[in-house]
Formats: sequence, structure tokens, C-alpha cells
Amino acid sequence: MMDLAPYLLLAGLEGLVMASVLMLTALGLSLVFGVMRVVNVAHGEFYMLGAVGAWACAQFVPGHPALAFCVALVVAPLLVGMLAYLADWAILKRINYDPEGTIVSTIGMLYIIQQLTLMSFGPDARAVDAPFYYTIRTPWFGYSSYKLFTVVMALVLVAGLWVMLKRSKWGLVMRATQFDRETAQNFGIPVNRVYSIVFAIGAMLAAIGGVLVVPNQQAHYLMGGDPLLLSFVVVIVGGLGSIPGTIAAAILIGMSDGLLSVFFSPTAAKIFSTLLVAFVLVFKPEGLFGRSNRV
Amino acid sequence: MSEMRVEGYDAFYGRSQALRDFSITVKGGEVLCLMGRNGAGKTTALKAIMGTVRPAAGRLWLDGEELTGLPASEIPRRGIGYVPQGRRLFSELSVAENLEIGLMTRHSGQESLDYALGLFPVLRERMKQRSGTLSGGEQTMLSMARALCVNPSVLMLDEPTEGLMPSAIASIREAVVKLRDDGVAILLVEQRVDAVLPIADRVAFMNHGEIKARFDIEEVRSDKSLLHQYVGVGA
Repeated sequence: MMDLAPYLLLAGLEGLVMASVLMLTALGLSLVFGVMRVVNVAHGEFYMLGAVGAWACAQFVPGHPALAFCVALVVAPLLVGMLAYLADWAILKRINYDPEGTIVSTIGMLYIIQQLTLMSFGPDARAVDAPFYYTIRTPWFGYSSYKLFTVVMALVLVAGLWVMLKRSKWGLVMRATQFDRETAQNFGIPVNRVYSIVFAIGAMLAAIGGVLVVPNQQAHYLMGGDPLLLSFVVVIVGGLGSIPGTIAAAILIGMSDGLLSVFFSPTAAKIFSTLLVAFVLVFKPEGLFGRSNRV
Repeated sequence: MSEMRVEGYDAFYGRSQALRDFSITVKGGEVLCLMGRNGAGKTTALKAIMGTVRPAAGRLWLDGEELTGLPASEIPRRGIGYVPQGRRLFSELSVAENLEIGLMTRHSGQESLDYALGLFPVLRERMKQRSGTLSGGEQTMLSMARALCVNPSVLMLDEPTEGLMPSAIASIREAVVKLRDDGVAILLVEQRVDAVLPIADRVAFMNHGEIKARFDIEEVRSDKSLLHQYVGVGA
């Protein structure tokens, strides 16, 4: 039993780090689906752009890596948010957010973003320095304090998002638009503008996830695939459009991934999440925490 | 005196024409009732005025200002309140949040909220309750109160008494009369003749998307065969 403790702690910590980044990415996907009913297949590319943006900041901002990281944490999500806003205006609005059309068009966006990144950024994976190096000592091993900072950052951002949705006028407008687009219009809510802003916020959440993860994992133009897949898993398990469900499912998937990867293999973790999705789709298709039309 | 004027509205669902040369004028302090059989185009007419069904032709004025072609979200901001069929509350939001959505439309203040709650005092006790859990009558009251929070000069109601108990119908009717007396222009869509006759000032009968006839309410009250002719019911 004594021998198991360090493995459990390490797996738990790794799971927590993964869950926190996944929570941000999946929340973006869930928010976009919840309010707009758009399945954004390009969501993982916004995550990748966040990571690439962090690398670019590390190249161009002189001085301590922490400075470049802070700049990246602001600039990369803003630029990605602007790109998403533009994509919404140029593509999604023009097809009137048709459900099938948005899937096809976001697949197109995925390839365009990916290939443009390949052409500009190149095919190689690139590392970014962590903003600080401090190792937290446990009786068995040392653990990166930056990874725990990632968890704290994710929790702060999720809490901020929650307060915005539940306590602010903007959140009320978003929730009203989610529940009934036509009635929202009947009360002066410009739903198309709400959609553009929600799409941008969703992309920014993914980009922040990318910025946070890149000191742990190198930036690469194909890195958006796994987070997209796992975000879909989280959103399906948690319940489409349900934010509490998304948070709970991200923790479930992240922790199980950490534990199974350490004790068995990363493949076992993927098998578990796939089986979980299949189980949820068969026995509780609205998701473990899902209710129809709910933020 | 507020006035809403609609002229020559045509509207289509795909290739099917749902509204044909629809024209009405409703003035402050009067209740104009649109009546007609199911599928006559009454609800489409209200949706076309609100802009959620885009009219293919026609013009709209409110208090002399032309609203034709404005985005749907701009119409309520100019002062047209709407109580849609089936109430269409944001059922997961609380009563207070539903009312806040109404207040946000034209940045109305506490005065508008007090006026709405004065008409439906029962809502004061339910402010924190999820609106989807209210009774049918309370939901209709909330839907009306939400529209009144817009501080509208014209209020359009689409079958507000549908599915309600007599006591709730009486409350709604009293509120409509009070609004009319306070100078609000009211366009009321109703199927229930007994709900219309005591409160309407004028009646317009619709069929196949067109207004077929218009009468002062006294004419309808005195000649019940009109109701049979245009709506297929006796009073």
C-alpha cells in the first residue's frame, strides 16, 4: 500500500492538470453549442493557435519567460477571439447557422487554419519555456509548480465565466438567447451579435488552454486533434450545453486519464473515455448532467 | 397619442403566402382584436410586425416613425411589446430574470417594473421562482408583465387566455382594460369570442392571410351572425 501512494498522488496530479486544461477547452465548445447550437469542429485549432501564439510571444518578447507568458496569456486569446469573430461573420452568419452547414464549414475552417499554420509556423514541434521553474517537493518526487499554477488559472477562469453567465447582464442575454432565440429577438436582443461574441469567447477559452499547456507540451500544428476529441467526449458525457456537467465530466475524464495512464497505459485511458461516451449515448443520451436547453 | 400603422404586409413561408396585403391601424387607448379560424394568419401577422417573420412587402410606422426594414431586435426597442402565443417564457430563468430581460429592452426603470407588478401583484411573491414552474395563469401574467417592462406604446397579445381557468382569464382581461385606459394601443389576437366582446373596440376578421372585414365592436355585438360567418362560432 505504501508503494502505491506515490503513484496515486502523481496520477492524481497529472489527472488534475489534464482536467483543468480540458475543462477550459470543453467549456468553450459547450458554450458555443449551448448558445448557438453549432458543433464547432475547428475548436481544437483555436487551442492550437493559442499554443502557437504563446510560442510566437516567447520569440518576440524579450526578457524573462514570465513576461512573454503574461503577454501570450492576453494577446493570443484576444487574437484568436478576433479570428473567431471574423469567421463567424464571414462564414457561419452567411449560412444562417444551419446545423449541417456549420459542421461542414467548421471542418473547412479546421483545414484552413491547420494548413496556414503549417505554412507559416512549419511542421516542427516547438518548445516554450515555463514562466517559472519551481519544484514542489513531496516525500517521493518533485512536481512542477507551473502545472499546479495551470490548475489554479483554469479554476479562476471557470469561476469567472460562471459569475459572468449567472450574475451579469451579458450572461443573462446569453442564457436568454440560448433558451429561445426568437423570443430573445422580441426583447431587443441582437442574437447575431450575441452569437459572434459567444463564438469568440469559446475560441478564447480554447486558446487560453493552448497557452497554458504549451510549457508542458510542445506547440505543433497538429496538436488540436486530441483536445477536440476529448472536448467532444467531455461535452457528450457532461450533457450538451450544460456548464456544470462539462466541469464535472472534464474532471472525470481528466482524472481517469491520469490514473489509467499511470497504472495501465494511455491507450487504456482512451478506451475508457470511448466506452464512457458509448455508455452515456446508449443509456443517458442527454448526458450525465444534461437537461435540455440548459446552461 | 400612440399609433401603429401597418400597410400592405405580404409574408411567405417558403412558397406559401401566409399574409396578403395585411393593413391595420391601432391607436392608443383602443383594443383592436384580430379574429379568424386556425391558420388564418393572425400569428404570422404579429410575427411579421415584430420582424421575426420578414415581410416580403409592406410598411410599418409607429408614432409617425417608419420602422420598415429594421432588424427584428430593433422593433421592440422602438416601443412595440409582444406577448407571444404559448407565452414563450425563458422557462429556466427566474421570474425576476424574465422581467429583467424586458427592462433591458429599452433600458426601462423601476417605474415600468412597478407598473407591471402592480397589474400582477402575485408575481412579487414569485420573483426568485423558476418561471417554468409557475401555473399557466401566472405564466401568462409573467409574459404580459415582461412585455410591459418594455414600456411599450403598442402591446400585441397572441391568444393570452388560451388554456386558462376563468379566474385567470378575468385577471388578464382586467389588465388589458387597465392598459387600454392608460393609453396603450392594444392589438389582441383571440379565438375566444367571450374574451373579446367585453373589451375590444374594433374587430378585424382574417382568413387565408387577409383581412376580410372590419367592424366596430357594437356591430359585432348586435349582429352575432358576423361571428358565425367569419369565425364559425356563435357568441
